[in-house]
Parts: sequence; C-alpha cells; structure tokens
Amino acid sequence: MIHDTQYIIEVENLVKKFGSFVANDNLTFSVKKGEIFGFLGANGAGKTTAMKILCGLSHPTSGKVKVAGYDIYTQKEKIKQSIGYMSQKFSLYEELTVYENFRFYGGIYGMTRLDIQEQTTQLLSRLGLSQYRNRIINTLPLGWKQKLAFSVAVIHRPAIVFLDEPTGGVDPITRRQFWDLIYDNASRGLTVFVTTHYMDEAEYCNRLSIMVDGKIKALDTPQGMKSGMGCATMQDVFVALARN
Amino acid sequence: MLQLLVLSYTATFEIKKTRIAIVDFDKSSSSRELVSLFEGSRFFTIPYYPSQMSEAEQLIDTRKVHQVLVIPEGFCRDMQVNHEVSLQLVTDAVDGSAGALRSAYAQGIIQDYSQEINTTISGRRVSGPIVATWSFWYNPELDYTTFMVPGILVLLVTIIGMFLAGMNVVKEKEMGTIEQINVTPINKIQFITGKLVPFWIIGHLELTLGLVLAWVVFDIPVLGSVGLIYLVASVYLVLVLGLGLIISTLSDTQQQSMFISWFFLVLFILMSGLFTPVEGMPAWAQTLNTVNPISYFIEVIRLVMLKGSGFVDIKSQLVSLSGYAVLVITIAVWRYRKTV
Repeated sequence: MIHDTQYIIEVENLVKKFGSFVANDNLTFSVKKGEIFGFLGANGAGKTTAMKILCGLSHPTSGKVKVAGYDIYTQKEKIKQSIGYMSQKFSLYEELTVYENFRFYGGIYGMTRLDIQEQTTQLLSRLGLSQYRNRIINTLPLGWKQKLAFSVAVIHRPAIVFLDEPTGGVDPITRRQFWDLIYDNASRGLTVFVTTHYMDEAEYCNRLSIMVDGKIKALDTPQGMKSGMGCATMQDVFVALARN
Repeated sequence: MLQLLVLSYTATFEIKKTRIAIVDFDKSSSSRELVSLFEGSRFFTIPYYPSQMSEAEQLIDTRKVHQVLVIPEGFCRDMQVNHEVSLQLVTDAVDGSAGALRSAYAQGIIQDYSQEINTTISGRRVSGPIVATWSFWYNPELDYTTFMVPGILVLLVTIIGMFLAGMNVVKEKEMGTIEQINVTPINKIQFITGKLVPFWIIGHLELTLGLVLAWVVFDIPVLGSVGLIYLVASVYLVLVLGLGLIISTLSDTQQQSMFISWFFLVLFILMSGLFTPVEGMPAWAQTLNTVNPISYFIEVIRLVMLKGSGFVDIKSQLVSLSGYAVLVITIAVWRYRKTV
C-alpha cells in the first residue's frame, strides 16, 4: 500500500459481497489529490457499489479503504464532511428554489449563513445562472439542474467530489459544459471521482480504471491505455476489455 | 383477515363489568335484596358501598365507578305502604354510548326486581312500584356530537400526522434526495428531529383549529384546562409522528407506507373506543389497546373537554403516552439507516 499523502483515496483489497454475489472483487487502486479519476465499467460491473462504499453509504465486506485520510470503518462521519456526492438519480429538492437548496445543504454541513450566501453567489455566477437564484428547481431544464446539483455537492468545499453518471440523459453541448465545470473545479484543487458510460468523457479524465465483473481490468491514463492495448479509441479499449 | 378477526370481536356494543357504587340509605331486607341482584349480575361489579352521597359523587368524579345507585331511606317501607318508591341512578356519560347501555342494564335489573316484588306483594300484576329516576352526568343529553367531536378531532390529528410523517422519508427515498442527505455528516437524531418538528407544529395548528370549531360550531367548550390538552397533545404527536417515521423508514415506496399506515390506523381507530366502548371489548382486545395510542388520547380529550378532569385524573395516561413516545422515537432513530 502506498502511504503517500499525494493520494487522497486509497483502496486495498476491497471486497463487497451481496450474499454469494461478489459485486466488488478485490479492488486495489489509489486516486491522487486534484486528479480527475474516471471509474468506468459496463452496467452491473460494480461501479456504483464501490462508489457508495467510498461515500460511506454502504459497508465493505472486507478490505482497507481510506478517503481524505480517514478510515472508512471508524471515521465515516469525518469522511462525509470532506466529500461531495452527486448521485445517478437527480437529487435536489424539486419543490424548493435554487437558493433554498444551497441553503439547506450548506446548513447541514454547518456553514454559516454568510458563508452560504457567498458560496451560492460565487457558484451561481460561475454557472451563469445568477438570475435564477429564486426559481423553483422543477421549472428548470435538466442540464441546468445537473450543473446546480454539482454546485450544491461542492458548496461546503469538499476535498473530493463523487459523481455517479452525472451527465446521463443530457445533450452533448450541456455535457461539454458540465465537463468545463469539472475542469474548472479540478483546477482549484478538487479531486473528482467520476463514473460514466460516455467514452469521449473518459478521454477527459487524468486517469481511468475499467471494471469488468467486479474486478478492475485496467488502470492507466487514457493515452497509456490506448497505446498499451493497441487501440485507436477508448471505445475499442472498453469493448476489448469487456469481451475478455 | 387479521383485521376482520380482531375487529369483529372488538366492535361490540355489549358492556360487561360495569363498576357501580351503591349508596344504601335504607339498609332493609328489600334494599339488600336489590343489591344482591346487582351482585349476581354478570354485567356489574360493586367495588364500593359509600355511606354518603358526597363520597359517591367523588367516586364517579374520579372515575373509580361508572355508575351510582342511590337507595333512599324508607325504600322498603314506602314500597309496602305506598306501592311506589323512587331510586336514583347516576351514570357517567362521558362515553355516551357506553353510558346509555349501562343505564339501560341497571334499569333492567331494577325493573326485574320491581316485577318480582309486585307479584309477591299483591299477588297480581300491576305496573312496577319502583320508579328509577336516572340522570347522565358530564354529557346530560347523551348528545352524540358532544361525545364524538373530541374523538374525531383526535382521529384527524392522528391520521394527518401519521400520513405526513409516513410519506415523508419514503418520498425522499423515491426522489433520491435521501441519498444526498446520507452522504452528509448529519446525525440520526438531527435527521429525525428535523423530520418531526414541522409536522409537530402542523399537528398543533390542526388541533387548535379543531378545538375552535368544536366550540364555535358544536358549542362544545373545553371544561378542563386547554393547556392540559396541549400538554398531552405534544407528547401524543411525538408518538404518532414517530410511528409514521418508523413506517416510512421501513418502506421502500409511498404505496407500501400507505398500506402499512392504514393497516394500523384501521385497527387503532376501531379499537380506540371512538365508536364502541372499550369496556365492552374482550379482555385480550383491551390488553391490545394498551399499545393503541389513539385510545389514550381519546380518553384524555373526552375527560378534559367534557368532564373537566384535571392533571391528576389523566396522569396515568400521560405517563403511559410519554413512555410510549420515548420508546417509539428511540426505535425511529435506531431504524433510520444512513447506509443502504
């Protein structure tokens, strides 16, 4: 195990079983501070399961997991203070306004009212959505909601943000904008842990892992993966690995 | 099925074991004979034989007895000389339907005795010499609305409270927002408190509205202390909302939560004594009722609103409700899981 402070997520021999079904089979990987780490895999490969464990939503069966320097077994609540999470399911309160959502989550993380105000103003202006501050969430288009959900997930300035298929169901332009947002935040030192099914998005990541049937089959930079396997595109890499 | 089995037994209008106090001012052979008829009846038990009227009044006020029968001095003599005598029968009618039944039972026994005396004295059939003058206390007209309104108010507070709480957590599960909450460092107690407080306030507003309507529309003022009702309500709401939250945290869909809530509500409501007197239910059903929050609150609200009972009279119900509320909230907090 690499006990280096440059790693913000350290996973060693992580196993998660549901009865006799092994969802995560001996995962070992590390994520560097400030990197965009792509967590790829086919549907049912065990990505979401692993991500939920890292977020403290699920208990591992065995293995060592450290997130933001805290142990997943004993310091779960400390981890929760240091991470943001955006689930597959869109999860802002639809019947509240944009600002109310920010205020609510900011409040849960123990931020002061003033701090919440400042963060909201800043995050909304970065999105260019400042004038929609008092709009009810369910009146906004999906692409905007996704970007807002991301901003809400980072309102408390977490060290890491986990994104579970954040761009599912949105148009290519909005997807591109969403990745601009990810890049922008990563440049400010945020570590981004993201799952996706879009191979063009995989290319945007600093490093990737590809899961097949609960195991990590490859872990490298997108470039390294392609040249290592002799494939022209990530699409080919993915198909080649998933077929084996 | 379970409901059909349980409720058919409990939804009975029959009442056994009425506690009656008999004040015998006559102490004659005739009066003792009448008393023994009550003693022999399976519908009555006679725990007290007060010697003074004031003592009897206190017994009915503190609900130690349901009924008081007063046998006046000269009962035996008047019966033989005047062939007419009157008895006084006082029935607690806070629970109107039970009161009416009890009064009817007691009068039945008196009539039987009357007939018997009649034939033994004169050897011919005349109308019974004993006239029982009866009165109902606390709800003199046996008015159905007077009696039902406080109970229905309890039901509304309960149903709305249980549903609001019952639908809430499960709705967040369906929406996916619960996951977002669960990745935050919020602790379980904070979470449950946050869920409880808004509904608790809504419950109180509803109760207030109900009390005002009862007063304005049905002309039923609160005879006892309004503060006492709110005190009990504040504990009661914690309990009901806690039950709703438990159901909600156990359910996966709103539909499921709805079914479970209704299942318990139907049982609780029909066994609560709202429509049929609790005393008429079989012993096992009455035991079941000790976990029925509705029955406690209906009892308390009727006592305080119609009878003007004070803190001491309802202390035991309040203590039970408090213990129950603490238990339920503990389970709710314990059952709520931040992991999946």
